[in-house]
Amino acid sequence: MKFNVLPLILILLSNIAIAQQSTKTVAIKGGKYIPLYGTDSSVVTVKDFHMDIHPVTHQQYLDFVIANPKWKKNKVTRLFADKGYLMDWTSDTTFSNTISNSPVNTVSWYAAKAYCEYVGKRLPTVDEWEYVAMADETKKDARVDSLYNQKILSSYETPKTYLKQVGKTNKNIWGVYDLHGLVWEWTLDFNSVLISGESRKDVDTDRNLFCAGGAVGAKDLMNYAAFMRYAFRGSLKANFCIKNLGFRCVKD
Amino acid sequence: MKQTNLIFLISIALFAFACNNPSEKKAIKDVDATSIPIDGEMNAELTSPPLVPKPIGDRAAKKLIVHMEILEQEGEMANGVSYVYWTFGGSVPGSFIRTRVGDEVEFHLKNHPDNKLPHNIDLHAVTGPGGGAESSFIAPGHEKVFSFKVLNPGLYVYHCATAPVGMHIANGMYGLILVEPEGGLPAVDKEYYVMQGDFYTKGKNGQPGLQPFDMQKAVDEHADYVVFNGKVGALTGDNAITANVGETVRLFVGNGGPNLVSSFHVIGEIFDKVYAEGGTTINENIQTTLVPAGGAAIVEFKVEVPGTFILVDHSIFRAFNKGALGMLKVSGEKNKKVYSGELMEGIYKPEGGGIQEMPNAGEAPTAKIATTVAERIEMGKQVYSQTCVACHQANGEGLPNAFPPLAKADFLNADVNRAIDIVLNGLTGEITVNGNKYNSVMTAQNITDEEIANVLTYVYNNWGNNKTEVTPSMVKAVRNKKK
Repeated sequence: MKFNVLPLILILLSNIAIAQQSTKTVAIKGGKYIPLYGTDSSVVTVKDFHMDIHPVTHQQYLDFVIANPKWKKNKVTRLFADKGYLMDWTSDTTFSNTISNSPVNTVSWYAAKAYCEYVGKRLPTVDEWEYVAMADETKKDARVDSLYNQKILSSYETPKTYLKQVGKTNKNIWGVYDLHGLVWEWTLDFNSVLISGESRKDVDTDRNLFCAGGAVGAKDLMNYAAFMRYAFRGSLKANFCIKNLGFRCVKD
Repeated sequence: MKQTNLIFLISIALFAFACNNPSEKKAIKDVDATSIPIDGEMNAELTSPPLVPKPIGDRAAKKLIVHMEILEQEGEMANGVSYVYWTFGGSVPGSFIRTRVGDEVEFHLKNHPDNKLPHNIDLHAVTGPGGGAESSFIAPGHEKVFSFKVLNPGLYVYHCATAPVGMHIANGMYGLILVEPEGGLPAVDKEYYVMQGDFYTKGKNGQPGLQPFDMQKAVDEHADYVVFNGKVGALTGDNAITANVGETVRLFVGNGGPNLVSSFHVIGEIFDKVYAEGGTTINENIQTTLVPAGGAAIVEFKVEVPGTFILVDHSIFRAFNKGALGMLKVSGEKNKKVYSGELMEGIYKPEGGGIQEMPNAGEAPTAKIATTVAERIEMGKQVYSQTCVACHQANGEGLPNAFPPLAKADFLNADVNRAIDIVLNGLTGEITVNGNKYNSVMTAQNITDEEIANVLTYVYNNWGNNKTEVTPSMVKAVRNKKK
């Protein structure tokens, strides 16, 4: 009997533990780099920080919603999340089993920010996110590698990747998974690089004030994948809830 | 063409008229389109290619409501080749929009929730910054509305202008918007929508599977596919556009690019009229018209005889090797006066050697004779690479639908004497090789018995064939039998 009970208790305990656990983080050693939108004089310095190894999942987000009822889909304030909020959830607290370990999507910037604060973390900045995302399995900066670019690009062209499970892509040199291939991810300052929507016009000198620019201002014209991310971020408002957009957290 | 004289006369008459009444012509030009009042509103009819909406006729300018949905979806580029297209309205090119001068277009642009990317639309018919791009930039799962008044008649391209712009266009985000003048374009019998585009895939042309976009090839402007209406075969076979003898056909031709300029031509027709570059100037009796990337043309012609007329980009390798080929099938009574049809067909063989043989100047070097099979194969390889490779290809793979394969070829292995006969005397007409039908012409090869023996031995001993050795005496036997 003893032998039968013990594993049961262990299973129960571990379930509770998983349910309450936020994603594991790994240390990211800071450094300097030139982002897509920059010139030699605009080297960005990223301080040391810790990043979640994969995006927040539906299951993890459910725990947050249960603890914070104002973020239930039927209670949320429209100002903070548009009508798409958690659109694939079957009720305030249920969703298809198949997506529990997939990245949570259709959450607004406000919701993502609130989640990270709830677990004692914060959203990454664009600079932090791009800094980690330029790594591949073996290099901290793989942006010059055409295969790296091509791989990301083709994942952007593959439909419905938000249904994939987290942690299945190759981890990069930092030990971080899924920066490419599943969902776009919210960043704290997603709207700081101004892309007006008229991508060809964003080259005027007055926009250099914001280190912006659509094409001529860009550092690496072959980095189409990064263009797409910046363009995507430019199309967002903080209450937008989008199927291909999730998030992960970081902490200092 | 008797019509030409008539048109010429009318032109002269009009010219004289215009000269006598200079003020009248000026008055028409000076109508300020911005001040055309609108009368009521209607939903725009949108159509997928090759169809176009009904002509505007003599309707008044209206508030025209356009609902356009952006869809990122997988589609077929060619047999066995698929591609994720980004589309306006679910087709490449996108839905055709038909307006008239003075219309106030209320444009609803919707980005489907399943889409991965933000998009926008730049309509060349719009007078305003970015052609609407700035006010239509829209995230997935959202909708934007903007409005514009169409001021200039003509045929205009619209396209997505979101970074990276080239990639959005390369994936199929373009279409046409027509602005008809007051009273509409003159009535014709058939109208169709044809738009060229170039595509860049990771695999080369014909490589099967889901092919991703290749940005390097796009930057280098090395297109794998150049097609009408988004895919190979969108306008051929059962998808061909049709007309009847005696009808006038009007094609709204656009070119989405992103890179290549089209030399648009219809084989077997002359365009009676071309609205050059989609504008107001009409050019007459045109064989090939240039359609710029991001530009358009309207072409019109009366079809006088039945048959299949081939639409091509006359940068001709694009047509026959990359897909820029469409068909117009015209049915009706034959008109032998306009076109006699085929009077005779045969293989052309220059009599008595003629131009194909150089005169003997001095002593010709004696050709080396193969003594072993290995030597025969080696020498046959040389003959193959000079004579056969252009059609049958380096590894005997042939070219789909044009030249039959020699590699693992059932037709070849079944009958060696037939093979010898074909090399000696040529072959015309339909044959079936490895289950595929071919219908073309191979000319008789003007080479020696020794060379024929060598090249056939080379072919039979390569690429999975049955290793027959062909000797000069076998060739000679076939040659003599024929005589």
